Amino acid sequence: MGSGSLLWNLTKKYLTAGVIGLTITDRFASIVPVRGGSMSPTFNPRTNTGLGSLDDRVLIEKFCLAKYKFSHGDVVVFRKEGVNSGFWVGVLLVGKSISVILRRYAGHDRSGFELELGQDNSPSDHKQKLIKRIIGLPGDWIGTPQNDVIKIPEGHCWVEGDNPVSSMDSRTFGPIPLGLVHGRATTIVWPPQRICQVEKRIPRDRVSLSA
Amino acid sequence: MSAWKSIAKEAFTQTCLVAKFLGFLHLTNNYLFSPTLVYGPSMLPTLNLTGDVLLVEHVSHRFKKVGPGDVVLVRSPLDPTKMVTKRIVGMEGDQINFLPDPSITDICRTIMVPKGHIWIQGDNMHASCDSRHYGPVPYGLVQGKLFFRVTVYSFTPLFNVYVWPPSGFGSFDQ
Repeated sequence: MGSGSLLWNLTKKYLTAGVIGLTITDRFASIVPVRGGSMSPTFNPRTNTGLGSLDDRVLIEKFCLAKYKFSHGDVVVFRKEGVNSGFWVGVLLVGKSISVILRRYAGHDRSGFELELGQDNSPSDHKQKLIKRIIGLPGDWIGTPQNDVIKIPEGHCWVEGDNPVSSMDSRTFGPIPLGLVHGRATTIVWPPQRICQVEKRIPRDRVSLSA
Repeated sequence: MSAWKSIAKEAFTQTCLVAKFLGFLHLTNNYLFSPTLVYGPSMLPTLNLTGDVLLVEHVSHRFKKVGPGDVVLVRSPLDPTKMVTKRIVGMEGDQINFLPDPSITDICRTIMVPKGHIWIQGDNMHASCDSRHYGPVPYGLVQGKLFFRVTVYSFTPLFNVYVWPPSGFGSFDQ
């Protein structure tokens, strides 16, 4: 009886901490790792080290989402296609593993545990977060790689990576709605020798700013 | 000294309680369901002009379980601070026939919805700014699916406010 209530208390504590953590990461700030070299001089300057632990961790602030006011040169995180499913993928995984464990205990299913989890463990296609720099805001004129100049429509922005060689950005998929933006990168917080602010940089030659 | 200690402890406990409450409120509001007020002419046969209180659930769009016919809450592609309520007409890969401007011509245009996008339209095609104007919208802008209407009041031309019985209470058809 005593151990049961201890377990319940522990569960309650972890659940509460998780909920408060989720609130903070959704509303105020979160820390995300940056993968790949598409923002190369700014984040992950040495891409071919092959060690995941050397990825930069970046502090993302969410206060800019109250008004959706951004300026040229801001580094933003956005979701290209798909849904905000991190939380629910977690719930799904936990539910699925519980059901698998229960079935194994009942003796119905002796097949692989990892195999079944692996099917759901591919969130890459519907949880693709990209981190890029805002080059153009609504009303700006910008030159596209197809050698024409387009006006960025209302409520959209033009994003590009700092490393033009290996970056999937607005040059491939065009302007994106500002509603997809999920936060602004302000500071590199990890590894310790790279702690610094993320500075704004505006390539003057690419864009003609609206008044 | 011990008085300060107890005050600090009390303050900490109260703060924890408030944080817990706000956290659970955020969880319910953003991941389960939330109420919303919808008004305007664009969904006219389905939703009222003057305003409907609706319940929005935030579960199914995260599992990609919304489909054609569902009424969804979408962050407007033209103004990210606004939300619009439209009906999904086509998912990615669908061929859509639509009238660009039904009041002027009846020339039909066909478009294929690209990957990761949906095609949304209002039920009132004469007074709705939707995918016919700004094209397919990314799926990531979908914020939830409307599933229940809680209109507990209805206005009459004489400004009498009927609070009860509820006129439009219930779920709506697809």
